[in-house]
Amino acid sequence: MRWFRTIFREIFGLFVDDGSFAITILVWLGVTRLLLPRLGVFSRWSGLILFAGLGLVLVESAMRYARSRQTRLDKMDPKSVSHS
Amino acid sequence: MDLSIGWAHAGPSILASFLASMVECVEALTVILAVGSVRGWRGALGGSATALAVLLALVAVLGRALMNIPLDIVQIVVGALLLLFGLRWLRKAILRSAGLIPLHDEQAAFAKNTEAMRRFGGVRGWDKVAFAACFQITMLEGTEVVFIVIAVGAGGTGLLLPAGLGALAALLVVIALGIALHRPLASVPENTLKFFVGVLLSAFGTFWFGEGIGLRWPGADWAIAGLIAAFLAVALLTVPLCRRQASSNIATVRP
Repeated sequence: MRWFRTIFREIFGLFVDDGSFAITILVWLGVTRLLLPRLGVFSRWSGLILFAGLGLVLVESAMRYARSRQTRLDKMDPKSVSHS
Repeated sequence: MDLSIGWAHAGPSILASFLASMVECVEALTVILAVGSVRGWRGALGGSATALAVLLALVAVLGRALMNIPLDIVQIVVGALLLLFGLRWLRKAILRSAGLIPLHDEQAAFAKNTEAMRRFGGVRGWDKVAFAACFQITMLEGTEVVFIVIAVGAGGTGLLLPAGLGALAALLVVIALGIALHRPLASVPENTLKFFVGVLLSAFGTFWFGEGIGLRWPGADWAIAGLIAAFLAVALLTVPLCRRQASSNIATVRP
């Protein structure tokens, strides 16, 4: 049964490794699912709105990782902390 | 159906499925080669073949079950899953390209697995360790391939076959290279592949999800090509932004 649990964990890991990234994607999909049809007839901008949100989520998450990773490295390395 | 519009769907489906499956097959091959070279090929190939049979049965069952679900629901669910999967790959590939997380090293993975297999001691008769190790890795990587084939192929009518052919071609290419080289495929530009696959899967996911909620894409199927170009542009622009973000942090903390 251990290999079954491993496979389940791996399958979950296929979709989620950063929880907040995955949740933000799902929230954006939910928002577009609820709001875009209320705009009336789907305009030519609907696809662009869907894509733009996903692009922003991707950029924000990667930048946040870049920021937090460097901050964590600096916390681990006392020489890198400024005393000025 | 207009043949050119058919290719707008089938072409990217084959390519996405081929490239994504190639990455998974290369990872599985590394472990199978390590197990086979240390403990013998009978158990290693037996484990992989059994897992492949289980996966084929899974595809047959899931493929048939998907036919009974309304297409718009399949497109919404598969689109959302593809986006979670594809954007996750793309984000990791961006961070690897920016030098923020290390590249996957097949040679290191091969050495680690070889060492692990040696620790299990001698082989008597049927090698359960080799069988189990190869069954598990083929199931793990194969499940990802099955998901990719189903996700890429289930969003539109008649796309499962091209997606399946793409995955099969990747499997055959990797097997042929494995037999020819007898060592891990370390020279495969894995992060470049993952970068491009992440772009393709994200584009497919966005397209399927949009179709599922009733959105009409400008240019119909050709919108996939536009989405591929757009995700690629965003990802390529994000790499230097991440690099700059990391270095500006260093500059702030170390004036």
